[in-house]
Amino acid sequence: MPEETSHIPPAAAAFPPVSRREVLQATAGAVALAALPGGAADSAAAAEAGAAAGHSLRITVNGHAHELAIDPRQSILDVLRERLNLTGTKKGCNQGACGACTILLNGQRVNACLTLAAMHDGAEITTIEGVAQGEALHPLQAAFIEHDGFQCGYCTGGQIMSGLGCIAEGHAGSPAEIKAWMSGNICRCGAYPGIVAAIAQANKAVRS
Amino acid sequence: MKAAAFNYARAASVDEAVQMLVRGGGGAKLLAGGQSLLPALNLRLMSLDLLVDITGIAALRGIRVEGGTLKIGAMTRHADLLTSPEIAAHAPLLAKAIAHVAHPAIRNRGTIGGNLAHADPASELPACMLALGATLVIQGPSGQRRVQAADFFLGLYQTALAPDEILIAIELPALASGERAFFHEYARRMGDYAIVGLAAQGKPAGDRIDALRLVYFGVGERAGSCPAAARILQQRHSPAILAEAQAALAADLQPQNDHQASAAMRLHLARTLLARCVNELLGRAEASA
Ligand SMILES: Cc1cc2nc3c(=O)[nH]c(=O)nc-3n(C[C@H](O)[C@H](O)[C@H](O)COP(=O)(O)OP(=O)(O)OC[C@H]3O[C@@H](n4cnc5c(N)ncnc54)[C@H](O)[C@@H]3O)c2cc1C
Ligand code: FES
Ligand code: FES
Repeated sequence: MPEETSHIPPAAAAFPPVSRREVLQATAGAVALAALPGGAADSAAAAEAGAAAGHSLRITVNGHAHELAIDPRQSILDVLRERLNLTGTKKGCNQGACGACTILLNGQRVNACLTLAAMHDGAEITTIEGVAQGEALHPLQAAFIEHDGFQCGYCTGGQIMSGLGCIAEGHAGSPAEIKAWMSGNICRCGAYPGIVAAIAQANKAVRS
Repeated sequence: MKAAAFNYARAASVDEAVQMLVRGGGGAKLLAGGQSLLPALNLRLMSLDLLVDITGIAALRGIRVEGGTLKIGAMTRHADLLTSPEIAAHAPLLAKAIAHVAHPAIRNRGTIGGNLAHADPASELPACMLALGATLVIQGPSGQRRVQAADFFLGLYQTALAPDEILIAIELPALASGERAFFHEYARRMGDYAIVGLAAQGKPAGDRIDALRLVYFGVGERAGSCPAAARILQQRHSPAILAEAQAALAADLQPQNDHQASAAMRLHLARTLLARCVNELLGRAEASA
């Protein structure tokens, strides 16, 4: 389990105290400011830079509250994986194309790679690590095992989170509907028949 | 790979967002759903100094019907358009189209304003705006202005928006009685950008279609209407007229060759779509193209 964190300084969890990244950020910032026309723009941008640096974020992940200082460019995916050590959410493409990073954000499925953490102060997040109740698997997790809904397992966390969204939205009524509403989740092992069967079964279990 | 460093600020109002854009002097960009912007930043196809998050501006969200006009806030998300009874009743073309825009998780974040400002030539939504005769409401440092869809989409990812302007709303004339919408696209997979698609609306009257607007997307550098084909289709429907209109698409469209399809294949698909469209609007069983 991740530690209960409080006021972790930026990047401290995953990077040495002064990281190459911070040096790069400082340099890039200076170049960008120099490129802006006029002194007024410089000071305005500098003021906004001050407000944004060390952005603080409070989020609840799988029922645990966290408060962290983040880099504005960190996606929720990076925060989960690199700051909270919740690596069940995978980074397949980092561009919205694969669905391996699907999480529930305030109950809705989203791609964590395309969602900046800074935008979601106060958010409630559920990841694949938060789906089981202790040792008891969620019916959808059990159904994935029963129907061989995976081979290598890389896409599976995202498939299950997206499947939970699909069921909650009421879009799991038939195999055709499940296929259409799971379109954003790719499985390079081609476990699709098992995935569809698992979601159909869990949909019945959850609704009965 | 990670995005190059940028700063982030939340705007509480449209005025504040405009001020931030003005002060940013071209180095600042609006952040709406992030579903086109963040992939570009993550892949370092783009870098900027400041992201101005406008997701907190409640005034930019929502769908209203006023008189014969449907008003859609720019920050209304794709998922909300898809489930809106107002959109289904008054803009069925948009309702049909939005189901083809990306995948469910992306539709939960992506916004209509961000989509139109992004102006991807393969996107469904600019084509719908052209077919529906939308008016885009824009706010900038010197106040508001209104731009017709036909004057808004200028080219590949290019619109009439200045760097310090915000698209705040979209106004659509509600479906008139007797009007019908047609929407279909060919894509490799549900939710992918279209290889070729057609958004159309018109008023079937016996074996003619009045006021037909045909807009193709995925073909050429921006969504494009087809005046030549539409003019031919004003005549009474017959297989010969349909064939003539299909032939005229060669003049209306400038299909491109790319990794998805050749120009010849795109033109072929466009012609197939035209037959489907005419048959569906006239309420006929699908005839061979
Ligand atoms: C895998 C994938 C598949 C997709 N498939 C499709 C598809 O099939 N069809 C389709 O149409 N789209 C598709 N999209 C794109 C999706 O629809 C985006 O949501 C949309 O293009 C951009 O909307 P956004 O709100 O996310 O905007 P953002 O990404 O936040 O912004 C996009 C651009 O618009 C600017 N902008 C945003 N809002 C405004 C505003 N109000 N005024 C002025 N400028 C603004 C931003 O500064 C930025 O330059 C896909 C995306 C992904 C990742
Ligand atoms: S890593 Fe987010 S969709 Fe692929
Ligand atoms: S199980 Fe291997 S990618 Fe889906």
